[in-house]
Amino acid sequence: MLERIEEIRAEAGAAIEAATSSAELEELRVRHLGRKAELTTILRGIAELPAEERGKVGGAANGARKELEALLEASAARLDASELDAKLLADRVDVTLPGAPPRPVGHAHLIARTTRQIEDVMIGLGYTVAEGPEIEHDYYNFTALNHPEGHPARMLQDTFYVQSQPEVLLRTHTSPMQIRAMETQPPPIFVIVPGKVYRRDSDATHSPMFHQIEGLAIAEGITLADLQGTLLALCRAIFGDEREVRLRPHFFPFTEPSVEVDVSCFQCGGSGELAGGERCNLCKGQGWIEILGAGMVDPNVLGFVAEHGYDAERVQGFAFGLGVERVAMLRHGVPDLRRFFDNDVRMLEQFS
Amino acid sequence: MRVPYSWLREYCDPGMAPEQLADRLVMTGTEVERVTVAGPPQPDNFVVGKVLAAEQHPDADRLRVCTVDDGDGERTIVCGAPNVAAGQTVAVALPGARMPGGEKLRKAKLRGVASEGMILAADELEVGEDHDGILVLDEALAAGTPLAEVLPLAEPVLEIEVTPNRVDCFGVHGVAREVHAITGAPLGPDPWALEVPAEGEGTADDYASVAVEVPELCPRFTARVFTEVEIGPSPLWLQARLAAAGQRPINNVVDITNYVMLLTAQPLHAFDLDKVPSGALTVRAAAAGEKMTTLDGVERELDAETVLVCDENGPTGIAGVMGGQVSEVSATTTRVLLEVANWNGTNILRTSRLLGLRSEASSRFEKQLHPDLCLRAQEIASQLLLELCGAKLVAGTIDVAAASWAAPRQLVLRAARVKGLLGMTISQAEQTTYLERLGFGVEADGEDLKVTVPPDRHYDVTREVDLIEEVARVHGIDEHLPTTLPAVAGRVGGLSREQRLRRRAEDGLRDLGFDQVVGWSFTDPGEPGRLRIPADDPRANPVLLANPLSEEQSAMRTTVLGSLLDVAARNVARGADRLALFEAASVYLNHPPTGRNRDVEARNRPVGALAGNFQGERAAPFTEPHRYAALALGPLIPRSWRGGGEPADFFALKGVLESLARQLGAELEFAPGEQPFLHPGRSAAVSIEGAPIGWIGEIHPLVCREWDLDAAVGFEIDAAPLLGAASAGIETYEDVTTFPAVYQDLAVVIPDEVAASDVRAAVLAAGGELLRSAEVFDLYAGEQVGEGRVSLALGLEFRAPDRTLTDAEVNELREAIKQSLEKIGGTLRE
Ligand SMILES: [Zn+2]
Repeated sequence: MLERIEEIRAEAGAAIEAATSSAELEELRVRHLGRKAELTTILRGIAELPAEERGKVGGAANGARKELEALLEASAARLDASELDAKLLADRVDVTLPGAPPRPVGHAHLIARTTRQIEDVMIGLGYTVAEGPEIEHDYYNFTALNHPEGHPARMLQDTFYVQSQPEVLLRTHTSPMQIRAMETQPPPIFVIVPGKVYRRDSDATHSPMFHQIEGLAIAEGITLADLQGTLLALCRAIFGDEREVRLRPHFFPFTEPSVEVDVSCFQCGGSGELAGGERCNLCKGQGWIEILGAGMVDPNVLGFVAEHGYDAERVQGFAFGLGVERVAMLRHGVPDLRRFFDNDVRMLEQFS
Repeated sequence: MRVPYSWLREYCDPGMAPEQLADRLVMTGTEVERVTVAGPPQPDNFVVGKVLAAEQHPDADRLRVCTVDDGDGERTIVCGAPNVAAGQTVAVALPGARMPGGEKLRKAKLRGVASEGMILAADELEVGEDHDGILVLDEALAAGTPLAEVLPLAEPVLEIEVTPNRVDCFGVHGVAREVHAITGAPLGPDPWALEVPAEGEGTADDYASVAVEVPELCPRFTARVFTEVEIGPSPLWLQARLAAAGQRPINNVVDITNYVMLLTAQPLHAFDLDKVPSGALTVRAAAAGEKMTTLDGVERELDAETVLVCDENGPTGIAGVMGGQVSEVSATTTRVLLEVANWNGTNILRTSRLLGLRSEASSRFEKQLHPDLCLRAQEIASQLLLELCGAKLVAGTIDVAAASWAAPRQLVLRAARVKGLLGMTISQAEQTTYLERLGFGVEADGEDLKVTVPPDRHYDVTREVDLIEEVARVHGIDEHLPTTLPAVAGRVGGLSREQRLRRRAEDGLRDLGFDQVVGWSFTDPGEPGRLRIPADDPRANPVLLANPLSEEQSAMRTTVLGSLLDVAARNVARGADRLALFEAASVYLNHPPTGRNRDVEARNRPVGALAGNFQGERAAPFTEPHRYAALALGPLIPRSWRGGGEPADFFALKGVLESLARQLGAELEFAPGEQPFLHPGRSAAVSIEGAPIGWIGEIHPLVCREWDLDAAVGFEIDAAPLLGAASAGIETYEDVTTFPAVYQDLAVVIPDEVAASDVRAAVLAAGGELLRSAEVFDLYAGEQVGEGRVSLALGLEFRAPDRTLTDAEVNELREAIKQSLEKIGGTLRE
């Protein structure tokens, strides 16, 4: 009996260690440890053995069973790992296929993005943002901005008028909000006004609709020198720390003195020449690029809001108007104003 | 304004190259657009020649073969001019000369005869108009004399864009004064300081009379009479100057009027006195509908505000704008009535706009000239008429003045104000120098100055601040202005909450995959029709422009959808197969900002700096709601090898809109709702707290067809109520961690006509405060639930802020929910 137990242990042990699949292992478990297995039968028959044999046979059979169980467990672990490996390998993918597309990210329009950049610079300089109507009263667009009825200055901007109301027009600049802002808030006032404006003009450099950002600063003691400093800060923030600005006297009806403002060319560094010696195309060899119009708010304009605390003898300040498209064209090399309103997605998607 | 450099230098020679002067002018406020050259670009190879012989060309009837002495020797030149003849002194271009326009003259063979140069006509040198014959020069000139010593060749011309305030710079002398001011170069004596002898018979009153019926529109009318006038071409120097200034030479009298206008900015008009019956002129307003033919040969209809200069037979000219043909100076004229008048600028501007007629004269008059200028112009013109036309001036000037006009303006320029406004110091001596050079009278008064404004600047310089500008620009802003920042304490910059939310919304839509576009505010009036919007819908009644650039841009848009469809159609035509577009912008509704919209604004937008709300005193003329609108075509997520690529449908866009609202912390409500441009079964009205704020849906196939699109889906909502309901940024903390929530799912079978939102509302109502959320996560329709019914699955979250909920509490709520659902025909699936 003992020999038989030893035989079973050796034979089954060898078979278990040689098993190559978990199915085979299961079969071996049933065959050697199952209900009908020889070893099980031996163990079940121990009680019927003579008393002196029971201990020896029982010990041997139980020992064999435990050993086989341990072997089965070890082999199962071995086989599980290799079978999983095989299974994972079979589950291989072609890693060179393209990734699954996520929801695409949209793009900010260059006008909106540029507007926001300028707003942020001015907010940093202590300004708040005012917006206002695009269809405006003649009073705000012209009269209160010192463009009297019949004055040639009104001809500077070709204006769209509304059919139903002769005194109502599409604002030609964001400047009407100067008046609305001053009517709403007494000095000191520091506001910028971004928004759409309209002029009756259409070619590669003129669009009947475009965007401006107006700046208005009124308080005691604000000077033309302060205007220069503010615009220098703005231009440097937008076009780079190396930039300079220069103020050229000009004429606008609602500022006095009035200036046009040039920024030193950021392509040629203001020399007007490129590295190869040829003329800079951006500034046309001038070294300067005209960027905006500005000036000290005309006392006549303050006169229209005198009852709101704007006494021209006590407070003064500056205003400026910046073309957003112009800034975007210069910064990003957009050649034609009309591209901004064409909204070709192939262009939109160039600007993240 | 074209200013020939030699003419300018006659009054003030800055002693520098024209380009250098242009730079100085630009930096002191005179816009020089460019410096060009009138005539040949270089004077080289242009000489005086003598025609020694002129023979008929053997093979061409109209050509002559000339032998010309050019000073160095004889050369053969073939010439086509009929008037060329031996013995003439002529202008010759030698091979190598650059002709106007830059072309280089070469030796040529003309019908077999070699020609070594060209005998020139006036127009070929751009010194005059004449092309009928060659230019015949003074025979005293020696052959070989450089032509530039005889005629202005390669004349630099400053092209100045005069700002509307500087009417004085519409005259060469005004520009000369400006050059004097900014360079300090001496200014010559006033060109009108003349003593012109009156040798004609009698006095002007014997020949002519003037009556002014509208003195408020004609502050001054002066006239002089000239006899024995010989009409002919002007001398070459005058023609050359006019040509360089951009004026066509006509005859000596007309040329003189143009010349004096270009010099002084004061327009003049010459009448043939013999064509003015009795020499009587009347200045009156036109009768409405009155017609006259102007010098350009056009018959024009006038209105009652137009001012006419009339003779006994009717109108001879539109005052200040254009003369008539009746009394035009012609070759037969011998007596001239020279009108120099002053008109009301506003009226001239009005008339010239009304008639669509802008002339050199009107563009000066409209900026308001000073009446003093009339006699200056008379004086200079008189001198020239005597000199160049052999005329005799009749004594006396007819001078009809409305009244005495304003005395010279007196202003005070305070030193403190100069420094205070500019932020730079300009000494009293410097201020005085600059103003005196500009023609102002200056007298010191302590630190301040008492300033008298000259007539040329009377309407331009009216206040102290105008003087400050004058001294600042002449002093040199570019060179001297310090760079400072406003030193104003206590100001805080920033965006209002609404402005921050707007940025958040735009960023949100962008992050959801939508490209931002900027559409036209204009559209064509037919767009509402293409959107199937019925004629009685307010959106079909847009704000129309009185003077649009085109019919396509004649109405203000009432929807953003139209713009988005336009953009989509353009992109699809260029090959785009998927588009996700959004626009954040205004529409324009044809009514004033009243009613709900205004209330919403008032409620949500406090007034003041950091609120970003600067309404002003007068309400906007129209309502301009700011909107968010999106349009998607094709898949939101592109097709790939793993599949996908289903075109965006109602629910795809609804997910986007809900996500946008969630980012802002607002909750939207959706209910079936129709729009004429939407699929009637796949569109919803969007509202907040029961108030409608817009729509979402698949675009109606007939609308898609109008834009050549296969299918599209979109939404358009008002920003103000959305942002007004947003909690982003102002949320309050809620304890969700101390006591655990109970999560349960619930399935209800319900008739399919009951809206999911009603099911959800019933669940939420029954669940009360303890039911924190109920979201539909599954929908089933089929055999198991039976015909006409659907099964909805909802995920529920129960939570109490102050305790852990017991099973009994939750079961009680669940029972309430069950009963609530039964009321709307639902049964719980357990
Ligand atoms: Zn450059």
